[in-house]
Amino acid sequence: MPWDRNQMAARAAQELEDGMYVNLGIGIPTLVANYVGDKDITLQSENGMLGMGPFPFEGEEDADLINAGKQTITELSRTSYFDSATSFAMIRGGKIAAAVLGAMEVDEEGDLANWMIPGVLVKGMGGAMDLVAGVGRVIVVMDHTNKHGKSKLLKKCTLPLTGKKVVDRIITNLGVLDVVEGGLKIVEIAEGVTEDEIRAATEAKIVN
Amino acid sequence: MKKIYANATEALDGVLTDGMLIAAGGFGLCGIPELLLEAIKDSGAQDLTFASNNAGVDDFGIGILLQTKQVKKMISSYVGENAEFMRQYLAGELELEFNPQGTLAERMRAGGAGIPGFYTKTGVGTVIAEGKEHKDFNGETYIMEEGIFADLSIVKAWKADDTGNLIFRKTARNFNVPAATCGKICIAEVEEIVPRGSLDPDCIHLPGIYVHRLIQGDHEKRIEQRTTRKKEEA
Repeated sequence: MPWDRNQMAARAAQELEDGMYVNLGIGIPTLVANYVGDKDITLQSENGMLGMGPFPFEGEEDADLINAGKQTITELSRTSYFDSATSFAMIRGGKIAAAVLGAMEVDEEGDLANWMIPGVLVKGMGGAMDLVAGVGRVIVVMDHTNKHGKSKLLKKCTLPLTGKKVVDRIITNLGVLDVVEGGLKIVEIAEGVTEDEIRAATEAKIVN
Repeated sequence: MKKIYANATEALDGVLTDGMLIAAGGFGLCGIPELLLEAIKDSGAQDLTFASNNAGVDDFGIGILLQTKQVKKMISSYVGENAEFMRQYLAGELELEFNPQGTLAERMRAGGAGIPGFYTKTGVGTVIAEGKEHKDFNGETYIMEEGIFADLSIVKAWKADDTGNLIFRKTARNFNVPAATCGKICIAEVEEIVPRGSLDPDCIHLPGIYVHRLIQGDHEKRIEQRTTRKKEEA
């Protein structure tokens, strides 16, 4: 059985170490916060906050307190607030240990595309380009194939890039792969999935 | 010098003109200068360029100026929540310059600090880097980005004193600080103007030197995505 969204998030949470400052993207990456357990992790929200708390209780929403996905959130006793220039200074300056992000495509060189489908979708890159260029480690969490069954782990990205040679590790519903010299290396296979299944679902070159 | 004006329309009088570059604070609908945007709509000013992280939603924020076709160009990082924006852009009626969010913030900060350009790793190897100067430092490639020198800055803060010292509240600070610094004139709208001396000088987020005009008003402070958890989950 391939991993579901929550299992992928739980697997991504294993990448985070005690004391880390981490940025979580929108979608499955947001769920990672549910699985950090006792680890002392500080979540950054790039709109200007360190120490992001959970969603507020009904009736306690505050229009002045949102995350980068524009959702209402809460603060913690450790929380600090700052402006956008300071926020991206800490990202660009390498102070954030890791980012967990979703993706449309990743290729065997670690190139990442997650912001634009030409002519179809005009949304923008938000802070994704800054994050992948600046943080210590980039972990992508995404389904191994798209809704048409095509691999999202490619030899070469076809969509406009978010960053070049930026991805370190990819966690999919089928397993975990690292970007290494010459291609992708399988480091873990989801329980009930075979190596042949991962290879068949991967267009990128797999190296040992 | 008197900085306090009666309302947004009066504060914009004599400084707002057609074709201006306006730097606006806010992230999504959080901390946007909603009163000034409404007054800009009422003024009918045309061909405006906005440097603003987002473009509001269809009926709030910069979105209201898209409805009236007062915006010629947006410099933004993310415009996903706005159907009218997408329609005008895809129809070629609206110019759009995408900036990575941190690059946009730093361009404003740099402009306000008198720095015309800077080098960043962000966007190297992407469409953002096309046509920009590349330079290697210590074996890594960077691209040059230019500071933004806006004609006008419009921002929203929580409290001000009459000298324009500002404090913001929670994540509503966001782009308001860098946006405020990069304009020739900055107008700030606040929820409350308090007497001089009642703000702690050690806790001023933006010194009044950056703020030329000031208004107090009632803010809707609309929430874009209301997400909650149930009490029993706690």
